[in-house]
Amino acid sequence: MQLTGAQALIKSLEMESVEVMFGLPGGAILPVYDPILSSSIRHVLVRHEQGAGHMAEGYALATGRPGVAMVTSGPGATNIVTPLSNAYMDSTPLVVISGQVPTAAVGTDAFQECDITGVTMGITKHNWLVKSAQDIPEVVASAFHLATTGRPGPVLVDVPKDVSFSQMEWYWPDDLDLPGYRVPGPPRRAEVDAAVALMAAARRPVIYAGGGILKARAAEALRALAERTGFPVVTTLMARGAFPDSHPQCLGMPGMHGNYTAVTAMQRADLLIALGARFDDRVTGRVDAFAPDAKVVHVDIDAAELHKVRRADVAIAGDCKVVIEALLEAAAPVLAEGDAASCIGPWWDTLRRWQREVPLHYERSDGPPIKPQMVVETLRDLSPPDTIVASGVGQHQMWASQYWRFDHPYTWVNSGGAGTMGFAVPAAIGAKAGRPERTVWAIDGDGCFQMTAQELVTATAERIPIKVAILNNAYLGMVRQWQEMFYGERYSEVYLSPDLPDYVKWAEAMGAVGLRAETPEEVAPTIEKANAVDDRPVVVDFRTDAFEKVFPMVPAGASNDAIVVHPEHADRADAERVAWERLAAEQRQ
Amino acid sequence: MSADGAPVERHHILTVLVENKAGVLARVAGLFSRRGYNIFSLAVAPTDDSRLSRITIVVDVESAPLEQVVNQLDKLVNVVTISELAPASAVQRELLLATVAAEPAERSQVIQLVGVFGGEVVDVGADRLTVMLAGPPDKLDGFERLLATYEVVDLQRTGRVALPTIDVQPASGRRLVSVQPSAAG
Ligand SMILES: Cc1ncc(C[n+]2csc(CCOP(=O)(O)OP(=O)(O)O)c2C)c(N)n1
Ligand SMILES: [Mg+2]
Repeated sequence: MQLTGAQALIKSLEMESVEVMFGLPGGAILPVYDPILSSSIRHVLVRHEQGAGHMAEGYALATGRPGVAMVTSGPGATNIVTPLSNAYMDSTPLVVISGQVPTAAVGTDAFQECDITGVTMGITKHNWLVKSAQDIPEVVASAFHLATTGRPGPVLVDVPKDVSFSQMEWYWPDDLDLPGYRVPGPPRRAEVDAAVALMAAARRPVIYAGGGILKARAAEALRALAERTGFPVVTTLMARGAFPDSHPQCLGMPGMHGNYTAVTAMQRADLLIALGARFDDRVTGRVDAFAPDAKVVHVDIDAAELHKVRRADVAIAGDCKVVIEALLEAAAPVLAEGDAASCIGPWWDTLRRWQREVPLHYERSDGPPIKPQMVVETLRDLSPPDTIVASGVGQHQMWASQYWRFDHPYTWVNSGGAGTMGFAVPAAIGAKAGRPERTVWAIDGDGCFQMTAQELVTATAERIPIKVAILNNAYLGMVRQWQEMFYGERYSEVYLSPDLPDYVKWAEAMGAVGLRAETPEEVAPTIEKANAVDDRPVVVDFRTDAFEKVFPMVPAGASNDAIVVHPEHADRADAERVAWERLAAEQRQ
Repeated sequence: MSADGAPVERHHILTVLVENKAGVLARVAGLFSRRGYNIFSLAVAPTDDSRLSRITIVVDVESAPLEQVVNQLDKLVNVVTISELAPASAVQRELLLATVAAEPAERSQVIQLVGVFGGEVVDVGADRLTVMLAGPPDKLDGFERLLATYEVVDLQRTGRVALPTIDVQPASGRRLVSVQPSAAG
């Protein structure tokens, strides 16, 4: 069967079971847009290519399937660089197809030419400049294979216009020619046994669960491991939902804005079992002061993560699910049920005391302005339990992660490693496109919202009814917080405005329902109203307290021991530290 | 120097087989620059298998642990195998070309020096000559030092290429990442 390169490209996407893609056409990709008219694949027309990329990411994070975006050459391609970088940092499977100027024009500074494979070399798992239409099925199949296997990540396929036009003989590859690509197999018995030995000997263990748990579809396995061992579990920003927050063994989020117990448990642990986590600086704080007494078992599918930041005592390159299952099997005779739990009883007593003494805290208020944390709590309580939450980057993101209760995997759609403002709205749209039966709330900042809000036009036009809660504090709040705490309250270029733009009118202009809540009493009824809308997007402008800060906080570059908790609990945190040091001194004698 | 006084080897040789595809060198070089790994020298050439090229990289391991360099390199999809060659069990060669300004009076001294090292004079002009020397890198270092007593107009070294010595093969080439049946498909 003879096809054009463009037809082969769309057919290849169909072969990969793509159901939806996000994009915006232009000259160099024009030939590929023609066969879309007769394809089973839904195309969502975005208003900016950055939106296409984040939608594809949101789709991937909510469904576990690779997200697909399509853009034209030059500015179309550069507009999707930020999502590629974001997906690279968060290991999100993303396939971006870009148009390129005709092969003969490549290298001549032709109209809308950009060396996008060069630009994205460092932020893709791999990329291709397709040289011949005959290569298209092979390249597309390889692209999906690379994006979704091993450590997932973004890939880019750059297709010159003449390649799209020219004829090829259709085929679908049985085998891929990737001689340099390997994915780790099952772990070696000796490694697993060594890990189990450390687990059996531990008295203050912590399971440090990272985003790799979700990538590996290992949430069930993790739960089995936790319940078998009785060990406490922390879930990083990338792993929220990988272990239920409501589970009694869940300590919640560690890191720069983690809760006191999660942060301090890691700090005082004698064993960290890192599963699909990469000792990111936002988790470790100052690395040489991080978890000084802990032995480390590190499991990651990317061997380059092992020993990168922290030397592991047992390092296992492998898929989290496979390795956890191997650990469980090997642990069965060693860790008799309940047995391990009794050894770590005193540890649990300490953890419970910390949870009691130094919980997450904010000062409630009856009058305006609204406390942002209270908005998150009310949203959580009034929305279905499997609601998908997307977020931007800033204070609102940390409050969303802290105060939502994540009980299901793949319900948290967030920009972790890159911290990309403007992620929430398009990512929520992508998540909703992939999971139309779910309620999808974007918890966004006023600053972030202004970066990508125009995609609500896309959402209205495509009937993708997401909901957006703007925690409108009239500031680039997170930056404001740093200026308050570390720059002597010298506020430089962080003030926005509560009512410029008018978010309600803006929402309405984009075909969405616009609502506003200015007092605490209005919060719940406004959320109910928003939750009742299901035929179009909704935006709620919550007027929140500009002076609220995110606590706890570990100052950048400081040790996790220097955690700053809410002023209300500072004395108790101090007392706990003193008590711990006294105990440690006694034990040394 | 290490504790026992032995020189610590700063330079490790990686021989990297890569797929012979467009942009591969840029991927390798880009990885080194973006991760802050220092390359001491780098040589690329096709192999007897037309699908593969060999890149010989001399890495300065003071910039990053060799293990990190190798693991990151291995993630490049076009990198097929990586072997580390311990300098002691590798045959290493490099080529040096130098143009030296030498009046007829000095010229014979230069030619003599080249002869002592087993090099060749490859080009001669009225007041300068170009010489060539191939050999182990330290021999080239010595030659270069002595040559510096004359007026060196231009000097170019290729960077080294290396293969494991035969008697200890394959143990000498610590094959860090080997070809396995592709996980693809
Ligand atoms: C694209 C981008 N530019 C700048 C930053 C730096 N930055 C991090 S948080 C933040 C403030 C975000 O403001 P807003 O969306 O209002 O959220 P808030 O912190 O007020 O909740 C900024 C500017 C960033 N993360 N991303
Ligand atoms: Mg704000």
